[in-house]
Amino acid sequence: MSPPLLEVNDLTKHFAVRTGLLGGRGAAVRAVDGVSFSLERGETLSIVGESGCGKSTVGRAVLRLLDVTGGQVVLDGRRIDDLSAGAMRPLRRRIQVVFQDPFSSLNPRMRVRDILAEPLRNFRLARGARALDARVAALLDTVRLPRDAAGRFPHEFSGGQRQRIGIARALAPEPDLIVCDEAVSALDVSVKAQVVNLLQDLQRELGLALLFISHDLAIVEHMTHRVAVMYLGQIVEIAARARVFAAPKHPYTQALLSAVPVPEPGAARDRIVLKGDVPSPIDPPPGCRFHTRCPYAFARCRTEVPRLRRLSPEQEAACHLHDRPAAENPLA
Amino acid sequence: MALLEVECLRTHFRTPDGVNRAVDGVSFSVEAGETLAIVGESGCGKSVTANSILRLIPAKVGRSTGVVRFEGRNLLELSPRAMRQIRGNAIGMIFQEPMTSLNPVLTVGRQIGESLRLHQGLDRRRAEARAVEMLTLVGIPEPQRRVRAYPHQLSGGMRQRVMIAMALACNPKLLIADEPTTALDVTIQAQILDLTRDLKHRVGAAIILITHDLGVVAEVASRVIVMYAGRKIEEAPVAELFRRPRHPYTQGLLGAVPRLGSSLDGTRGRLAEIPGLVPSLTTRIAGCVFAGRCPRATDLCRAIAPAMAAKAPGHGAACHHAPAEAAAA
Repeated sequence: MSPPLLEVNDLTKHFAVRTGLLGGRGAAVRAVDGVSFSLERGETLSIVGESGCGKSTVGRAVLRLLDVTGGQVVLDGRRIDDLSAGAMRPLRRRIQVVFQDPFSSLNPRMRVRDILAEPLRNFRLARGARALDARVAALLDTVRLPRDAAGRFPHEFSGGQRQRIGIARALAPEPDLIVCDEAVSALDVSVKAQVVNLLQDLQRELGLALLFISHDLAIVEHMTHRVAVMYLGQIVEIAARARVFAAPKHPYTQALLSAVPVPEPGAARDRIVLKGDVPSPIDPPPGCRFHTRCPYAFARCRTEVPRLRRLSPEQEAACHLHDRPAAENPLA
Repeated sequence: MALLEVECLRTHFRTPDGVNRAVDGVSFSVEAGETLAIVGESGCGKSVTANSILRLIPAKVGRSTGVVRFEGRNLLELSPRAMRQIRGNAIGMIFQEPMTSLNPVLTVGRQIGESLRLHQGLDRRRAEARAVEMLTLVGIPEPQRRVRAYPHQLSGGMRQRVMIAMALACNPKLLIADEPTTALDVTIQAQILDLTRDLKHRVGAAIILITHDLGVVAEVASRVIVMYAGRKIEEAPVAELFRRPRHPYTQGLLGAVPRLGSSLDGTRGRLAEIPGLVPSLTTRIAGCVFAGRCPRATDLCRAIAPAMAAKAPGHGAACHHAPAEAAAA
């Protein structure tokens, strides 16, 4: 059996911070703390969670835009987190990224043609001006932009069109995997729908795998095959879409879903409003990191870290409640 | 008489490319105690409308005309001094970004107390005591200690609570909230929406809520105005708008939003797209502003701008082709 396209094993990333007035003892922000998942070809895995949960850091570690503190990133059976910059370079062709902000992620001084030609030249995918132009035109067709866009600059386009340019740039080296880091979050509703539809079409046509990082649960539900929910640097639940949205098995997932405002006036809601704020990732709570805000926390949660447990073939959650008899488990 | 009546408000900006008609003839009213939502996408003029009501548009860059009648007085004709007595007093405002709209070098107590000292003549000690009360009201733990905190010492959700405390300090009759939860995480947004609902019952101020989030609208508004390219294109009670949107733009907008739970009940399909782009506001559009993107547009739409017309009781739309109920016609 061939290995999954991407495997992330026990990924850890700590950022050093200075504490105190004179930057005394070094503390660390535990941005990602022991995250594991895998992604198959042509599959979409979404990582959801709130600001500071570590979802973007996971994306950056997969892209090797930062060096990990511990754990492994394995692409197609080959470990890439410890490769030298030179050895990594040819592999970058296979993992591309679309960023959130289509205004700051395109060079304002480059024409669209040059933005799209750069990866083609880099990886020697087109030789000669004519071949290059043909590839650029094909890419513009793929993302449904007019061909005369090639001669224009990013500022001449709207946000949604710019995001299409960003997607075309990511597609240029024919990657297997695209990391979409809040790729549609900054867009207006009607434009967002256009880009979401485009991403879904491209995935089907090209067999792309997507690592879709987002805080927008309705978009995630629309796009994804599987979902990983992160809280304070850890995955608290990972499951197939239908399982997560029909029967969440972690209290945080449940609260997150119930907090989303639904565009239906008068719809019945059992909202679970979490108390307080997310604790600091510099000094995360002992035991289960969610216990300070969890409506069901009990003594064991304050001391013992829950591990991800398989609850059904397509669903894993890290919560002590599932060790209890069903009658005492509100999530059963 | 309505608390606030806006009649044919126009706010135009002078730009190097010509006159930008950010708000172009918008009329609406707000009754005492009601929550009116103004929705639309970036650049539709919703925030400019809010800023025009409070006259926060600098005269150098733009000019508002029309009538903004608040408790019988036209705010657009008041002297700067009289206007200052209304801002933060009878009309409070909450901005989107709580970090940039709070002063980083003053304690939150000072900032909440400022309007109390200015408008209600409280001394420093009594203003601080009232600030503690306000922090308690908006659910900030340890208000005695937090009143001396600086904005950077508070989380995003806490800062937005402080903004709400500031806006409510002088018991305003009208609160204008411009994207109050957009910058917040969803669980914090849920806290703030709960707080807003709870405070509404206790304080009784009317609210103009400006947002692009149709979910938020459905939860807190009683009436909704939809704006597009500087104009009001639809207005209806909230349930009516979501159940029977009349304007093709509103219909497109509602179809473009994925719904949570759509994969479970089998309603998940391709998202509806609104083709094309918002028209430039610097070119004068003779007909309907939406005609260029509208599936139902005809020559009539391109020639003559449709006026707001009642399509059902309390439900108006500016569209030549929107169906009307017999009773309203």
